[in-house]
Amino acid sequence: MENQFDLSLTVNGVSYQREVDPRRLLSDFLRHDLGLTGTHVGCEHGVCGACTVLLDGAPVRSCLIFAPQAHEHEITTVEGLGTIDDMHPLQEAFREAHALQCGFCTPGFLTTLLPWLEEHPQPSEEEIREAISGNLCRCTGYQHIIDAVKLAAEKMAAG
Amino acid sequence: MKHKIIGKRVKRVEDPRLLTGGALFVDDVNLPNMLHAAFLRSDYAHARIKNIDTSQAKTIPGVVGVYTAEDMGDAWEPGPPLVSPPPTLENVIFNSRRQVPLVKDKVKHAGEIIAVVVAENRYIAEDAVEEISLEYEPLPAVVDLEKCLEPDSPLVHEDLDSNLAAHLIQQKGDYQKALATADLVIKKRFHLDRGAAAAMENRGLVVDWNEKDQHLMVWDATQSPIPIRNGMASRLGLRTHQVRVVAPFVGGGFGPKIMMFYAEEMVLPWLTRQLKRPVKWIEDRRENFYATTQEREQIHEVEMALSREGRILGIKQKIIHDTGAYDPYGLTTPLNTQSHSMGAYDVENYYSELTVVFTNKTIVTPVRGAGRPQGIFIVERMLDFAARELDLDPREIRRLNFIPPEAFPYNHEIIDQAFTDLVFDSGNYLPAYNKALEKIGYDKFIQEEQPRLRAEGKHVGIGVVPFIETTGVGPYEGARVAIEPSGKISAATGVGTQGQSHMTSFAQIIAEVLGVEVEDVSMVTGDTAEIHWGTGTFASRGAVVAGNAVNAAALDVRQKVLALASKVLKTPEDELELEGGQVRAADIPEQSISLGELAILANPFRGAVEPGTEPGLESTKYFGPAYGATAFGVHGMILEVDPETMMIKIHKYVTVEDCGTMLNPLVVEGQIHGGVSMGLGNCYYEKLHFDESGQLLNASLADYLIPSASEMPHIEVIHENTPAPNNALGTKGVGEAGAIPVPAAFMQALENALPEYNLEITETPLSPNRLYELLQKKERNK
Ligand code: FES
Ligand code: FES
Repeated sequence: MENQFDLSLTVNGVSYQREVDPRRLLSDFLRHDLGLTGTHVGCEHGVCGACTVLLDGAPVRSCLIFAPQAHEHEITTVEGLGTIDDMHPLQEAFREAHALQCGFCTPGFLTTLLPWLEEHPQPSEEEIREAISGNLCRCTGYQHIIDAVKLAAEKMAAG
Repeated sequence: MKHKIIGKRVKRVEDPRLLTGGALFVDDVNLPNMLHAAFLRSDYAHARIKNIDTSQAKTIPGVVGVYTAEDMGDAWEPGPPLVSPPPTLENVIFNSRRQVPLVKDKVKHAGEIIAVVVAENRYIAEDAVEEISLEYEPLPAVVDLEKCLEPDSPLVHEDLDSNLAAHLIQQKGDYQKALATADLVIKKRFHLDRGAAAAMENRGLVVDWNEKDQHLMVWDATQSPIPIRNGMASRLGLRTHQVRVVAPFVGGGFGPKIMMFYAEEMVLPWLTRQLKRPVKWIEDRRENFYATTQEREQIHEVEMALSREGRILGIKQKIIHDTGAYDPYGLTTPLNTQSHSMGAYDVENYYSELTVVFTNKTIVTPVRGAGRPQGIFIVERMLDFAARELDLDPREIRRLNFIPPEAFPYNHEIIDQAFTDLVFDSGNYLPAYNKALEKIGYDKFIQEEQPRLRAEGKHVGIGVVPFIETTGVGPYEGARVAIEPSGKISAATGVGTQGQSHMTSFAQIIAEVLGVEVEDVSMVTGDTAEIHWGTGTFASRGAVVAGNAVNAAALDVRQKVLALASKVLKTPEDELELEGGQVRAADIPEQSISLGELAILANPFRGAVEPGTEPGLESTKYFGPAYGATAFGVHGMILEVDPETMMIKIHKYVTVEDCGTMLNPLVVEGQIHGGVSMGLGNCYYEKLHFDESGQLLNASLADYLIPSASEMPHIEVIHENTPAPNNALGTKGVGEAGAIPVPAAFMQALENALPEYNLEITETPLSPNRLYELLQKKERNK
């Protein structure tokens, strides 16, 4: 096809070269071209936060970004955080505190919280609420997520 | 019985996959050669279609086809009536009008589907939708619940002579008599508005017809895979074994994902059979706001007759319930409202007239709570107003009217949503109510904190509201439990799972009964290849109906294990115990055999299975209750309102829940937290604004506000346990409980925070704007 964009980027430490339609959303590229379906799409208009990924370490909404905008950047998705046998302490804390029910919003919370926790190693409840106020969850009422963040902070501090 | 695993805060087995991005949701299904569908939806709520021209759209490269109702030919037929016939009451009117796959002549709500494009990818499909040209003749829209019944109202369904969808009267005792003896009669009008379920995952569907295999494979984000399989097979003229429906991980349901059949669920299977290629459609958020079912709009005229002491003598109620453009889900929601309008109280005389109307709005089916929040709102608000009139403490009037523990089973002599008698199986309300008052610190708040804070100029108020929830209704669910040669357990049930932790809590039941670890149980939910019969996940019934089926099947397998092990170990059955995946003689641990070895012995490759016995250590059992299990709870909150900005902060939130035996308290608490967040949405944030032409004005998550972490309080959950007497596990449902009493408690607290305004709030949801209006009105009237 004409008008294709030669995209090269790194996702979870792996580099990719792909031709993409210039209007392809980063969320669609990650999910459907690379098969990294852990990133979820809940609204496609930048509100719910389910599609959050890290771009050079900072959380961004992949539904609001075209794939070419990630050219020569580094992306981290939920698949890059840990594996079933070797979960990140944040993921473990989410499990221990029952911070997910349907789990659809969860990847967005994890990617939002990961860099934030590094900057806020001892967060208060108020700070946590603020930090996740841009991510919507319809199942949990957020309470167990807040418990999980506190637990994760403890786990991460303990190394 | 003392449990080892049931009732424990077990970590969920489904989590590792969900946490690492490895769980399969519908939109994660990508098949070779797959096509993508996009729909042309009506911009108008009510309009006649004059002409559709798809020729331009068909020329776009990558478009495979564009279809309208006409193209479907004989395959075009409305969806099946889901919950009908109407109840076996006398003089019931019920006009069944069901949604259609593609609109033929007249559009009946904004967002209804007129045409579908199938293309090589979704971008192209959406481009092509823009190229379809359409001529409409807009018609005046039917929006208002009362005006729609006036004789000159436009008609949603022109083959009917009015917009009446249903009418029925339910009564017990004699309300007129009660009225004659009453010391006080209160009359109020209530208006409860619409909200969205807004699951974070929108709906979606992947269908794949395999011509050689003559088999249809479907992944559907549904709460009800087995009925979907049955319906798809019958619509396509296939046998049920030719269709397999999988509801994989589903990102929240809350009711609308049990609506059947959505138009898309009728169109896509037809498309894949035409095209012999897989087709995918994933709803976007805008479509979700227009096309996914909604709930809660009702108008009530209520009368409550009371004695001087505050005893309820009778309740009379006229309900107008909005069903939207069609009524496929029958009367489930308004029947729930009728069942809950007497709350937790002993009411001898009840007269409830229900009128259901068609409007040019999105179809109404149950949303978490399903008509119950409206009923509880009515009765609790009326008691608040009555207490004020009678100068009673709001707590005393409730205590005076509770159904006493010795009155159970308590028969309300009307029918409930399952068309069976509304019988409350069990309950012990007063201690739970008192506990909630104690935990929220009612006395101290009223006597010390509120006066102190008011003196500081703060507007703080308290609200405490009890409620019942009818749960765990029939008809039935089933479960299959089998021991594999590896000694691990495979199990399946027909209910789908949308976050309720079934894979863990049902595994806990099996682990308890068979003496294995929770991790040894692999629980499949929502795959029609694994179990043939079932209905779905709705009405807070999973833990009751499916849970007890799982329990029954596991017990039957245990019996088979004991019988076989008794022979092998030459030990009487009652001396055997199951533990750690082994069966052993109680006193002689070395005399044991593993479940895996027994499973192999039970399925011999040679020799003979004894006549009258079955191979394998497997059982399928069903559970169908005669009537449901009624849960009870109390929610209390202390909130502060800023009368300048109308912003509200909830300082304390306490719930006491009695859902009988809990399978997993962690899961129960999570369900309550989530329910409360939806309930608070219904109080102050979430309202679907339809204008007079039937247009939804806030169809995005930026404009329709669901609570975020900033609005949510910390919620304390306290458990009481009155086990359900009519099921072996003693479970009652809790999935919807969290949402039900919140508006009633919130409005009580808000009025308490603003005593100088003497508010009587009879509507939901409010908003900062709406509260401002109410206060202004009071100011003017002062
Ligand atoms: S999908 Fe990107 S913010 Fe909702
Ligand atoms: S866990 Fe379901 S939306 Fe958050």
